[in-house]
Amino acid sequence: MFWQQLVNGLTLGSTYSLVALGYTLIMGVLNIINMAHGEIFMIGAFVGLYLVTYLKVNIFVAMAGAMLASALLGCLMEMLALRPLRRRAVSHLAPLISTIGVSIFLESLALNLFGPQSQAFPTELATVQFELGPIRITLVQIIILGISFGLMFILRFWLAKTRVGKAIRTTAENIETANLLGINTNRIIFLTVALASGLGGVAGVLVGLSFNAVEPTMGLSMGLKGLAVLILGGMGNITGAMLGGLILGIAEVFTVAYGASSYRDAVAFGMIILILFIRPQGLFGKRQGGRF
Amino acid sequence: MLNISGLSTSYGSIQAIKGIDIDVPEGSIVSLIGANGAGKTTTMKSLVGLLKPQAGEIKFLGQEIRGLAPHKIVNLGMSLVPEGRNILAGMTVLENLEMGAYQRKDKEVQKDFEKVFKRFPILEERKQQLGGTLSGGQQQMLAIGRALMARPKLLLLDEPSMGLAPLVVADIFNVIREINQEGTTILLVEQNVRQALKIANYAYVLETGKIVLHGKADEVAKNPRVMEAYLGGAKAGV
Ligand SMILES: Nc1ncnc2c1ncn2[C@@H]1O[C@H](COP(=O)(O)OP(=O)(O)O)[C@@H](O)[C@H]1O
Ligand SMILES: [Mg+2]
Repeated sequence: MFWQQLVNGLTLGSTYSLVALGYTLIMGVLNIINMAHGEIFMIGAFVGLYLVTYLKVNIFVAMAGAMLASALLGCLMEMLALRPLRRRAVSHLAPLISTIGVSIFLESLALNLFGPQSQAFPTELATVQFELGPIRITLVQIIILGISFGLMFILRFWLAKTRVGKAIRTTAENIETANLLGINTNRIIFLTVALASGLGGVAGVLVGLSFNAVEPTMGLSMGLKGLAVLILGGMGNITGAMLGGLILGIAEVFTVAYGASSYRDAVAFGMIILILFIRPQGLFGKRQGGRF
Repeated sequence: MLNISGLSTSYGSIQAIKGIDIDVPEGSIVSLIGANGAGKTTTMKSLVGLLKPQAGEIKFLGQEIRGLAPHKIVNLGMSLVPEGRNILAGMTVLENLEMGAYQRKDKEVQKDFEKVFKRFPILEERKQQLGGTLSGGQQQMLAIGRALMARPKLLLLDEPSMGLAPLVVADIFNVIREINQEGTTILLVEQNVRQALKIANYAYVLETGKIVLHGKADEVAKNPRVMEAYLGGAKAGV
């Protein structure tokens, strides 16, 4: 029972981590909360779903397609809704409002294009199961775990070691310094928004698979959880977002498993509040200094 | 090498610099001195593209650079060590230096790491340490080393001696002189006027956004007005 729930919790949590990473990256370079991230995630889920349903591609190709579509959407948002605001001296709330506008637009668009009802992935995938000692794990869970942890691992490595990854960290730490060192920060911001949105798109497909439901409103609830994890992990800390997501997922699953399923979100968010009482800066947040 | 004429920069409705002219000849050290709030930092930030001036010309190596993005100006060979140093606190000393060489693709980057480490041995000892854990003086060395990694033709330094102990200040001024002797032109902003005039060839005095005096550094140092305002009393300078 315990191990089974732990696997379920890790699976759910890893998707939260992936979504929270999107918030974290954008928070890092732009210092804003991207309120449209949940909707970009939702569009990614629909793109993946339609690729599988109508073009009959396999699930990995669908994820790549979702990633690309979401990344493009992120780029559009940066160009049309965020960059014009940076050129002017506007209130720091302006880009936040702007992303809320994008989120409303995307949700309405999805309602019009895809309809309000929940749609499911073709079922073959969900039925394959493996027994590993006391644990039963579905193929879908293996895919989710593999893709999420794989992407997180690659992202970490890429940020730590590559030239562009370091430029993202520099921009996140201090955009003025990044400019002074010769980094084209507009390009880095563009890239980061694309990357964050792309990860969101993949997460959309994974979550759509795991609940076997894709619907226009899925962005809102997932967005709130991603936000909670962003704060839990320490506003802009990559490690914090990864671990925070896993903690939230595990907490939710255990709440359901031990009989309090209607309190699932209440328990999970209550726990976050408790952690923030003890560590107001979040799990890995620092009061100053580096982010990543 | 750098010719500034009629440069004006505002913050909203406040005009912080009002039509200043400065010439920095190749190979020289030029000091820009002035009290707090005179507009020195505003001038430096305008030169490297962090602030957008309203009027004037900035000619660098014969090319007009006013309005260019900062990364393009770095690419042309001008680097600023900013006031307060702006060390990347969450990145290691080595990564800080690497980022200094961000635009470089030539094979001599490795050699330049060695040069920086030779100039500042403490940085080599601390190279895996996070930038934020260094002392003020070490951070200033790192900031200078990092700027040198870009191999600038013109190095701008904004109050490099600020907040440092007298012994460290002397070190920093020695380093600035060495860098200049190795061929880098320098524009130095300082409140430590005595030292700044000692190592400079030319000096400009900025007061509330205007150049009120300029000339050879030793002549500026003898000017009664400068002596009274900036060099007066035994405690001024170090
Ligand atoms: N970000 C800013 N917004 C508004 N006014 C500023 C800003 N930065 C500097 N100033 C003003 O511009 C003037 C020049 O400042 P600064 O260039 O920092 O002077 P210095 O470096 O010589 O001490 C000062 O009056 C200062 O108050
Ligand atoms: Mg200043």
